[in-house]
Amino acid sequence: MSATSTTLPRVGTERLLAHTVTIYAKETKYEFLKLLRLPVYSVSIIMFPVMFYVLFGLLLNRGHDVGGVSVATYLMASYGTFGVMGASLFGFGVGVAGERGLGWLQVKRASPMPPFAYFVAKTLVCMTFSFVIVSVLLILGVAFGGVHMAFAQGAKLVMTLAAGASTFCAMGVAIGYFSGPTSAPAIVNLIYLPLSFASGLWIPVDMLPSFIQRIAPFLPPYHLARLALGVVGVGNGSAFEHWEALGGFTLIFLGIARIGFQRDEGQTYG
Amino acid sequence: MIRTIDEILNRPSRPDSRKVVARLAGVSKNFGSVRALSQVDLDVHAGEAVAVLGPNGAGKTTAVKLLLGLASANAGTVSVFGGDPRMPLNRLRTGAMLQVGRVPETLRVEELIDLFSSYYVKPMPVRETLAAAGLKGIEKRRFGVLSGGQKQRVLFALAICGDPDLLFLDEPTVGLDVEARRILWDEIRRLVVRGKTVLLTTHYLQEADALADRIVVINRGTIIAQGTPAEIKARTAGRQIRCVTRLPIATVCSLPGVLEVRSDRGAVVIGTAVAEPVLRELFRRDPEVSEIEVTSAGLEDAFLALTRDNEQETR
Repeated sequence: MSATSTTLPRVGTERLLAHTVTIYAKETKYEFLKLLRLPVYSVSIIMFPVMFYVLFGLLLNRGHDVGGVSVATYLMASYGTFGVMGASLFGFGVGVAGERGLGWLQVKRASPMPPFAYFVAKTLVCMTFSFVIVSVLLILGVAFGGVHMAFAQGAKLVMTLAAGASTFCAMGVAIGYFSGPTSAPAIVNLIYLPLSFASGLWIPVDMLPSFIQRIAPFLPPYHLARLALGVVGVGNGSAFEHWEALGGFTLIFLGIARIGFQRDEGQTYG
Repeated sequence: MIRTIDEILNRPSRPDSRKVVARLAGVSKNFGSVRALSQVDLDVHAGEAVAVLGPNGAGKTTAVKLLLGLASANAGTVSVFGGDPRMPLNRLRTGAMLQVGRVPETLRVEELIDLFSSYYVKPMPVRETLAAAGLKGIEKRRFGVLSGGQKQRVLFALAICGDPDLLFLDEPTVGLDVEARRILWDEIRRLVVRGKTVLLTTHYLQEADALADRIVVINRGTIIAQGTPAEIKARTAGRQIRCVTRLPIATVCSLPGVLEVRSDRGAVVIGTAVAEPVLRELFRRDPEVSEIEVTSAGLEDAFLALTRDNEQETR
């Protein structure tokens, strides 16, 4: 009997579900290990927001207040947003562009890997790094910046920012599908840094030139920063409209990514 | 093909060996204004080892990518196991080794194999895959520190780890040294012996001859010849006779059975299907004929002749 006439083993739905869960778990585990062992990613992605926070939030501006809270509290929320955005844009944008452009993604697409697993794993990993970054800022702020925060409030801040990472994951995929493996890091920086500045992640929006203040609401990080600031007690607007904005941006980015994904079907690289 | 008697005897009988497991039917594929494949028909049957042979840029990789569902054809139909190659059930029965620019370098060999094994329903144990791909002893190393040959073997391991029925190997031994190439050849032969269907692309003529039951010669996006290695060789003059003779070229040309004659550094080179009748005639007409060498036209010659003819036709 030929191998090709071998039928697949009968698998019940339970077995299929268990198998699917295993694939997603392994995909996530190895995506995490891959980035963790890549100091260029894991160290820089955590160190940049932490260094900024230590410098501007803890060492300089001591005892100053902004927006009704201490600078250390305010910057915890805005540098948290900055860190989350970096982890997602670099993890996804540079990751997808490299794996796509250099053929690795094709090997995975040719395998029986569920395509969705690839994206879910990357999203979970970016959220994990986001979680770590915000937790580090929180610990530093409470320990050295005189930040007072109830456990529930701190937890809410971490969860809010980690959840907000999904918007930037979607943005990262879109960038990853429209940039090459060598150009992606530059493109990500060109988007990441100006966007961070104009959204008030480094300097509070109110202190920015008025034309930037008018642009800011059209930028995704602005909305995540507002949500994070809301948690630490800055501003009193409704959180809903910001979640709504982030959801809208996410859909737009996913739509752009989908165009790139479909475009790939008709092309080859290398 | 080099096989031990044991292997030949143990090769599973194939009652449905004419069953087509992968097919390109009238397939054309363009990349922008470049036509990569033009009206290609290719059937791969169960249990068969097919080599797609051609120079760089002939369209070999494009054919593989279409069969893997990584690209879609502009015309014609592509099918694997009678269906769309992108169907998850078909992918579960397929393994692929592609030419890759970069693999995540921070993952270890065994981790990459563990990950890809998890995609399949009935994968081989990781230890077996490591052994089959010749990776024992380096399973803990990170991909980034491996040599070129070792990296190639990891990609091979990822193709076979799911124990698939159908394997696509795109230039599997490119960049390998002689030793590493032999190891991979042995492993590919073992897969064929176990009844797997293998389609490999290569521009090493020797490789196609050594591994394939059937060779498909492709050039400029069209199939220009196909058959067993022996048939492909027979497409050009089967034997070459090189000798020094006083006979004028025109006379040599007129001898029965002679297909082509050219002079080469004071000698003549005669192309013929069968050498003996021509030799007899040569001796009869020129008893002093000397420095006789008879060689079989190698696959290399056959291949060059075929692609040359094809290029003249297209001109």
